[in-house]
Amino acid sequence: MVGLSAEAAVANHGAGPAYDEPPVIEVRDLSIAYGGKRALGNVTLDIHRHEIFGIIGPANSGKTSFLRALNRMDAFNSAMEVEGSICINGKNVNDWRNEYALRRRIGVVFPLPAGLPLTVYENVAFSPRLRGIRKKAELDEVVERCLRRAALWDEVKGRLDSLGSLLSGGQQQRLTIARALSQEPELLLLDEFSIAVDPVTTMRIEDVLKELRSELTIVLVTNLVQQARRLADRTAFFLMGELVEIGDTEDLFAGEVKDERTTGYIEGRFG
Amino acid sequence: MTPAGSPGAGAGIGAMDRRDMAWHVDRAARLLVFVGGISAIVFIVGIFVFITKEGLAFVLGPLKLGEFLTSIAWRPTSNNPTYGALALIVGTASVTGFAMLLSVPLSLGAALFIAEFASGKTRETLKVLVEMLAAIPSVVWGFVGMSIMNPLIIQTFDIPVGLNVLNAGLILGLMAAPIMTTIAEDALKAVPDTYREAAEALGATRWEVIVKVVIPASRNGLLAAVLLGVGRGFGETMAVLMASGHAINLPTSVFDSVRALTATIAAELGDTVTGGNHYGSLFTLGILLFVVTFAINLTADIVVRGIRRK
Repeated sequence: MVGLSAEAAVANHGAGPAYDEPPVIEVRDLSIAYGGKRALGNVTLDIHRHEIFGIIGPANSGKTSFLRALNRMDAFNSAMEVEGSICINGKNVNDWRNEYALRRRIGVVFPLPAGLPLTVYENVAFSPRLRGIRKKAELDEVVERCLRRAALWDEVKGRLDSLGSLLSGGQQQRLTIARALSQEPELLLLDEFSIAVDPVTTMRIEDVLKELRSELTIVLVTNLVQQARRLADRTAFFLMGELVEIGDTEDLFAGEVKDERTTGYIEGRFG
Repeated sequence: MTPAGSPGAGAGIGAMDRRDMAWHVDRAARLLVFVGGISAIVFIVGIFVFITKEGLAFVLGPLKLGEFLTSIAWRPTSNNPTYGALALIVGTASVTGFAMLLSVPLSLGAALFIAEFASGKTRETLKVLVEMLAAIPSVVWGFVGMSIMNPLIIQTFDIPVGLNVLNAGLILGLMAAPIMTTIAEDALKAVPDTYREAAEALGATRWEVIVKVVIPASRNGLLAAVLLGVGRGFGETMAVLMASGHAINLPTSVFDSVRALTATIAAELGDTVTGGNHYGSLFTLGILLFVVTFAINLTADIVVRGIRRK
């Protein structure tokens, strides 16, 4: 984060993933279990800067657990046991003594719009305030920028002081995206963000994500295989706690797979 | 309904229009629930009417409102009776106030610990213990006040009498704490975990999550908890009677004995002539208690509505 993001800002790779740099996320032999019951086993993968990394797979295949492990949300659930190592920018997430500082670098968008019981403005200003930004003008600027980037500003600029929960479902989801962006994250984790969003809004958010790729790294968990196809540079297929394969999204959808199950899932024969 | 009602019977759908068991059960259940719901109103109105009726003759007759509210001379049995309730009002207010000063932070702290930090066995054990604390009869608390706290206070602070605001306030605070803790804990638990996760994902620490998200979201419930505690303290009689010293006195420190409104009613009502002035004056105290309680609840309601509208 501290070191690399500055370089990245200078040597901006445009829209393409930076496969020539060391990976942003290195996952080695990651296993996750809940109370002894395995949810995900032996996952090893790399995710690169400016990449949209898609994760597909049916329910219960460990996708969400994987995301939760990335920003150490396991601290939430005492039954969640994580083994193996996850390094972000070369530093093991478990070596962060201050897991809150780690989470501040990682934006998360949950499946259902998890609004805070605050106004639209305060939702987006929450994280900047945690970072210690106090000046009203500065906060105003951050809030407007993030809402614009989440394609929400025009719809809510007249009612920043009403409760976020009064917005429509699709607006709330974009609000959580704006909130995630307000953290100025290097890493954006999206967990089935389109589950409660209509197709038109989904497309708008997808456009936003494509633009964001030039600034950060996105991990996109989705249960819509076509969404992975539209957005992801590379895609991983998880099935029942197992990483079946990772490949260039185009290759996978062109049928160039190492494992027949991947094609089966993509074509909707099971799952 | 039996299969006899199936449309194959020939008369078509009209043949099914029979009042069956489910219909009657539905009607009966509705009536039962209605009676349950309406009874709360009936009782509260009934109590208000009864107290007012018993006290009205006194209020309209011998009561001098100025004396009642400003004099500390409560001498209803004197040859020349005076009915100054100021000392009783201040007595109740000081004991309740001191109790709340003590128990509000304690209970909210306990509720926060149980709801947000404790887990598993610790949490369950604490919950059960707190609820058991709520079940201790008030006369037992009175005992504690008289036979444990009293000598302890005398010894610790080197004063002649240990039955005072401090003693009654401590006892009352301990009595009000469990109910406040339980209600506050419920209010905190009612805050959806998605709020906590969302805030933690933004990098908020546990404490920031609690202060900036959980407490604001449960504000109404926490307020309700505090007001229930205030109501408990305000209405408590036996323990206060036993621990406060029951002396008519305007307290200048927590070491002064006082007398509470409720305790006065409990101690004196048995000695009065039904319908007499003394009797009526005690019911007037009852009206006062009722009005104050009503005012507290109404204020709470308005505050809560105000918060909701925002």
